[in-house]
Amino acid sequence: MTDFVNSLGIILFATLVYMTPLLYAALGSCFSEVSGVVNIGIEGMMTAGAFAGTVVAYFTGNPWIGFICGGLAGAFFGMLHATATVRLGADQTIAGTAINMLGPGISIMIAKVLFNSTDTVPLTAEQKIPKLFAGVFDTGNVFGRFMDNVFATYFSTYFVFILAIVVWFVFYKTRFGLRLRACGEHPKACETLGINVLGMRFLCVVISGLLAGLGGACVTMTISTQFRPISIVGQGFIAIAAVIFGKFKPHGALLGCLLFGFCSGLKVVLGGSGGVDMQLISMIPYVVTVIVLILFVGKSHVPSASGKPYLKVK
Amino acid sequence: MKNKKGILDFFAENTFIHTILSILLGFLVGAIFLVVMGLNVGEAYGKLISSVTSLKGFSYVIVYAVPYIVTGLSVAFSFKTGVFNIGAEGQFVVGSMAACVTSLMLPELPKPLLIPLCFLAAAAAGALWGGIVAVLKIKWGINEVLSMIMFNWIAFYLSNFIAGIPAIHNDGTAEATKNIAANASLQFSKDFIKANGLAPTANWGILVAIVLTVVIWFIIDKTTLGYELKAVGVNKYGAEYGGINVGRSILTALAISGALGGLAGSLQLMGMGNRISIFTSQEGFGFAGIVVALIGCSNPFGVLVAGIFYGGLTYGGSKLNLVGAPTQLISVIVGTVVFFISISVIFRYLKYLKRKPKTVPAGTTGGKEAAGK
Amino acid sequence: MAREYVDMNVPVIEMRNIVKKFGNFTANDGINLTVHKGEIHAILGENGAGKSTLMNQLYGLLRPTSGDILVYGKKIEMNSPKDAIEAGIGMVHQHFMLVQPFTVTENIVLGTEPLKGIKLDMATARKNVVEISEKYGLSIDPDAKIEDISVGMQQRVEILKALYRGADILILDEPTSSLTPQEIVELIDIMHNLTRDGKSILLITHKLKEIKAAADFCSIIRAGKYIDTVDVEQVTENDLASMMVGRKVAFSVKKPPMEEGPVVLDVKDLHGMDYRGVEILKGLNLQVHAGEIVGIAGIDGNGQTELVEILTGLRKGTKGEATVNGVSIYNKTPRFGFNHGVSSIPADRQKHGLLLDFSVEDNLILQNFREIPYAKKSILQRRSILKHASESVQQFDVRPDNCEKRAAGTLSGGNQQKVIIAREVQNNKDLLIAVNPTRGLDVGAIEYVHKYIVEQRNKGKAVLLVSFELDEIMSLSDNIDVIFDGRIVSRVPGAEADENELGLMMAGGKKA
Repeated sequence: MTDFVNSLGIILFATLVYMTPLLYAALGSCFSEVSGVVNIGIEGMMTAGAFAGTVVAYFTGNPWIGFICGGLAGAFFGMLHATATVRLGADQTIAGTAINMLGPGISIMIAKVLFNSTDTVPLTAEQKIPKLFAGVFDTGNVFGRFMDNVFATYFSTYFVFILAIVVWFVFYKTRFGLRLRACGEHPKACETLGINVLGMRFLCVVISGLLAGLGGACVTMTISTQFRPISIVGQGFIAIAAVIFGKFKPHGALLGCLLFGFCSGLKVVLGGSGGVDMQLISMIPYVVTVIVLILFVGKSHVPSASGKPYLKVK
Repeated sequence: MKNKKGILDFFAENTFIHTILSILLGFLVGAIFLVVMGLNVGEAYGKLISSVTSLKGFSYVIVYAVPYIVTGLSVAFSFKTGVFNIGAEGQFVVGSMAACVTSLMLPELPKPLLIPLCFLAAAAAGALWGGIVAVLKIKWGINEVLSMIMFNWIAFYLSNFIAGIPAIHNDGTAEATKNIAANASLQFSKDFIKANGLAPTANWGILVAIVLTVVIWFIIDKTTLGYELKAVGVNKYGAEYGGINVGRSILTALAISGALGGLAGSLQLMGMGNRISIFTSQEGFGFAGIVVALIGCSNPFGVLVAGIFYGGLTYGGSKLNLVGAPTQLISVIVGTVVFFISISVIFRYLKYLKRKPKTVPAGTTGGKEAAGK
Repeated sequence: MAREYVDMNVPVIEMRNIVKKFGNFTANDGINLTVHKGEIHAILGENGAGKSTLMNQLYGLLRPTSGDILVYGKKIEMNSPKDAIEAGIGMVHQHFMLVQPFTVTENIVLGTEPLKGIKLDMATARKNVVEISEKYGLSIDPDAKIEDISVGMQQRVEILKALYRGADILILDEPTSSLTPQEIVELIDIMHNLTRDGKSILLITHKLKEIKAAADFCSIIRAGKYIDTVDVEQVTENDLASMMVGRKVAFSVKKPPMEEGPVVLDVKDLHGMDYRGVEILKGLNLQVHAGEIVGIAGIDGNGQTELVEILTGLRKGTKGEATVNGVSIYNKTPRFGFNHGVSSIPADRQKHGLLLDFSVEDNLILQNFREIPYAKKSILQRRSILKHASESVQQFDVRPDNCEKRAAGTLSGGNQQKVIIAREVQNNKDLLIAVNPTRGLDVGAIEYVHKYIVEQRNKGKAVLLVSFELDEIMSLSDNIDVIFDGRIVSRVPGAEADENELGLMMAGGKKA
């Protein structure tokens, strides 16, 4: 029983750690995709955020400024993507691919110049995003350890859950959300009602970059303490997968990220127990996703106007 | 109605020219970054050029280019047939591993038998990897981009797992597989390489890449299969109405695309790599394939040229640190190129410049930069 | 009549000398238009004459190249629909501008949503929507999703969208194109009710009967040019027609008496579901003989779409049988049906009929690309393909000239339809299924399409015609089958058909 509770605590800890950056990025992706712009550049935006966050935190010594700058760096690349796809009607896949090269390319190049290395200098404890409720629980007993594992976690994790609720509220309870969803389904109808479709989409893509940037900053400012070229390896794509998995709904994306995070948590515990090969265990999140898709999810309703540039004739 | 067409009109309407302009702009942006970082543009670009123009340098470029060309063909083929093969990465990995295992199982086979067998195994593995995704899509309606992302990672860990099996794993200290059988190698003989001053890994792969380019072009442009797959690609409802079996076409398209991805993996292994390492992150050949396909406008011959271009940048880029410039400059340049290709609609505005001949059009600025490189 | 509500002293809309150019093409060439308070003003013109372009400028979706727009005597720059909405103009588009997965209420309030703090106030929105729908007698279900409601209700939602925004001037763009005769009568009543309340209506249409029934004045546009504005009471339908086309038009289609052959298409007790999985075909029986045109009359959504999809192999039925020349084509593939005598002109030519990105020559071999002479040993024979295309383009008068290598998507709607007809006629099958074959085509193209359909019948082919244009059904069919609620409820010989009686039957009112 004690072992089980301990393991569960560790699994949940790993679940939260792993899912936090994914959820930021996935929520961002929801904005972009639901408004009708496919954004496969999330990965590049996360990298830029991871880099900017760490570097700014390192130089200012302030994790909050760093975290915010991570978001802004993502937003900058979001703006690039928005300019190309929304303003100039670019093919969204091609523009996203470009972002995925530019984000890491520029980040690592600047790292080279600043640190003469592709890695940044590791952050000190004060420069990292702090943990909430650290030391609150008595780790001397099983229950306390469990609580410590699960709840004494980074601010960014608490924040992302609040953010998820906010995003859900925005999507389904506000004027902005109603219009945003309408833009992805029938942009022409929105225009005939005086809604600025291009403006909405531009803003949504920038928001997607902002959130992806925050997600990236989470990776390098919490468990890992430095930016390296392999800090962001595929999390952006997994976030996109979580959104498709969640049928383009913020709460669906949350579920997708939870599933992923939980499988990764399992991986940590199973890997520690020996027995099965670590490489095979590492496959679990991906295999489980495919199986869950086959069994429960199936076809998702892609926003009708998704991927199609909306061009006005003047 | 026909107006006399000026040179600007030609520039404004030709997609090939758009690509060239995008490339020039890519180098321009790269130069700006160099200047901002306080580095010498001439020196950096000079190094880039000089490192790929020697015979030895160029033979390196070709060696680098082969897997890019073939993954590029894989992605281009998928674009033509209306799917987005973001899964070339995984197909590359399983293809590479299939070829490796085959060669290690049958090391005694003579070259003319073993090499085709390795190719076959790689193509089959890649086709299987692409085919699974197609089946998931056709049978359960699962978004192919989503499942490809999953299968890329499954392939990655599967490869690492196989590389760790004792029968496959390297006997020495390296975290990698054993070297492939000598009879599976595509490399030129040591003497030939030495006599001609080529790269030590110079190999026959480029011939295979060229043959594949022609074959894919032929399939797409000249055959009923190409007609069928393209029809599904442009309008699957229309194709279905016209009596084409859409599901089977998607399966065929993804299997062929996957086979190409797998072949790319075997070419990389048998030409250059010799063994497969246990990696900590994806190598990105499939991703490079997407870039190459985009630069090559999804045209097989365009992909061939774009693959060599990308190979040149990768190899030349690896020499940049010799002059103090970061290798990642290449990602910035290529990223910019792809970005401008995506918004190549802006080049259409070139034709409006002719009324004001004094203005220097963007293309000309890029041209100056090219002269500088 | 509505005439009594018109106040000739209050011009609400004046469009002066409107010119609109797209590149070298002039869509509107100096058009003048005045609409008064309480007036129903029809804009008549063929497809492509420039009616919609003109109205899109009035609604701020397009900007005039030159010319002025005045609302209540005040010049207004229409930069976006927002300006038009503020000026009191509302537009109901021919292709409904409704967000399918949204509810009726959400669609109506979209863009002017009531708020409670930062929250959407859907309760108030719903209340307002119900109020306004009751005020104007436009019945709707405020909570239903658009994808679940009938076309008629969708149209009422569109009108309510405009009224909700306080529109005094309504633009209705081809509002009757998918309504039944009864629904059309209802719509005209609604329009009269609105003018009684002081609203003005611009009615864009190419249907003369409706203009006579509803409009006070009518402006005619031909090939982008303003022709005239007439008092509707002073002119006949024939006058209007010749002004619209610029020549005398023959309304009826000439066809020799039917020579009925053996049964070609035989459908027995056909059951099937729609895309949502709801049973929509409930035991349909149907026969078409060689040399016969059978028209299916019915309101959209009574199973005709599914019937055609099952017959062409695009959808599976749940029960029943369908044979062509005695061979079952039921629940087979499109290819099987094609090989056993089925050809068709599909309803949606851009989705099913053509591959818009493919060239005309490649579209012409869509079903035959594997066969000699177009392919030998799986290799396409470009020369034969081009030769076939050149002959077809010439014979079927597809324009522009030498368009064999052009993408089908660059052709006009009428010429796209000609490509499909060229292909299907040359496929020379025993059964031709034509679904809304003239939708969106101009008068010339319509005559052309009708000619080819009748010609197929005269050659002894069986023709199944499904159309929402009752006029088309009545003028072409040898026999008319009325479809209602998934069954054929009655059969009327084409020559004896009466529009009102058909309309009643289509609404399920009476069995003949």
